[in-house]
Amino acid sequence: MKAVHFYGAGFPYNPIKNLPGKLIVVEGTDGVGRSTQTQLLRRWLEEEGYAVSDTGLRRSPMTQPGLDAAKLGHTLSRLTMILFYATDFADRLENQIIPALKAGFYVLSDRYFYSIIARDIVRGADPEWARKLYGFALKPDITFYLNADVPHLVSRLVHGRGFNYWESGMDFHCANNLYDSFCTYQSELIQEFDDMAGEFNFTTIDANRSVNEVFEDLRSHIKKLSEE
Amino acid sequence: MLKPNTYNGKLIVVEGIDGSGKSTQIDLLYKWLEIQGKSVYFSEWNSSELVKSTTRLAKQEHMFTPTSFSLLQATDFADRWQNRILPMLKAGAVVLADRYAFTAFARDVTRGVDPLWVRNLYSFAPQPDVVLYFRVPLDVAVERITSSRAKIKYYEAGMDLGLSDNRITSFRLFQQRIIDEYDKMVDEFNFTAIDGTLPVQAQQKLVRQIARKALSGWEGLPNPRSTPVKINKKPSTKTSKRAKNVRADMMKEVGENA
Repeated sequence: MKAVHFYGAGFPYNPIKNLPGKLIVVEGTDGVGRSTQTQLLRRWLEEEGYAVSDTGLRRSPMTQPGLDAAKLGHTLSRLTMILFYATDFADRLENQIIPALKAGFYVLSDRYFYSIIARDIVRGADPEWARKLYGFALKPDITFYLNADVPHLVSRLVHGRGFNYWESGMDFHCANNLYDSFCTYQSELIQEFDDMAGEFNFTTIDANRSVNEVFEDLRSHIKKLSEE
Repeated sequence: MLKPNTYNGKLIVVEGIDGSGKSTQIDLLYKWLEIQGKSVYFSEWNSSELVKSTTRLAKQEHMFTPTSFSLLQATDFADRWQNRILPMLKAGAVVLADRYAFTAFARDVTRGVDPLWVRNLYSFAPQPDVVLYFRVPLDVAVERITSSRAKIKYYEAGMDLGLSDNRITSFRLFQQRIIDEYDKMVDEFNFTAIDGTLPVQAQQKLVRQIARKALSGWEGLPNPRSTPVKINKKPSTKTSKRAKNVRADMMKEVGENA
């Protein structure tokens, strides 16, 4: 039986003894290929016969309508946004992720709270406060940090979904166009992720490579994890 | 410990369990301060428009866990803090808050979240200049609540804690635990306790004395409408139906003497 670890107090009113499943987190900046890899991993794990559940930011049925509506307006202050995202995260963790892990599922999480706090810290949040806020978060079995440089991210966006307001950090950056703002914002995010890598025990994956090369890499790490 | 209030304005908050009479008192204080020519702003717990639909959905469907409940109420508070309370304090107004972070510290800890975690959550909020804590025996509060409305709501009764299947029993057990948490905070956050069983007018006299002392020697932002405000002027505040009913009765009693 493996021990259950939280970053802080966890959920004191709901002690958890054993989580037979595996929590696998795929982290990294915008356009780095997280959702592509998550989809490939899901298909592969299911072929291998594992039950898989996936999750990602803003997918809580409780907060999704309100959070989506709030993002459209401009009254959502940074602090409010941080707490709203934390509500979404807590709801998914308690009502989706933990129950799935209890049932022995492999849970693939496209982003975890690391992305959320990286975005908040870049926007001026207190790093210490933000970490304590997520004291209820479960420690994943493995966190992949897909690391790609800004030129690679730009190239993928140009040939993919294009630049958007939030991914370019237009809500707080001085640059008056999406491209310049994107480059500045994503470099700052990469710096935050690099700083967190040791603290949160990230497995850093070179994501400047092709989809297949990255996938092979992830797969071999997960194979090792499954043998534990 | 919360950081001290270093803004130009003054912050006065009321705390206490449901039925302790705090809303009645803060409403009377609001009117009195306006008559004094102060710029007064009122904010009520759980009233942010931004979070409203989410709270409603989660309450209807009983979706809350202690942690998500705590976080959503903190979101509500943060929205009011950044968009309403903070600008008013910076401008030099007297901000009156019906419930503050201490409500979260009492209720959320009663629901089982970590006390230090929830204190960190609200550490962006300053210590108020005055915290009025309305203390009433449980029986008095329960009597006031049950006589003034048909049904106590699910979360209000603390039904999510599974203390009892009976709403009134659950409400009693839940409120008693909240009282215990409040009592523990008296020294930690410098509460001024008010005996909530005293007649309304006697309580208001104490409340005004405390407020006068806290505001003495402080000018604040002048109110441009400094000509005496009519006592029966409708305040720009949102109050619960219960508080409104109670207030209507009070206004008859207190009338022009206020």
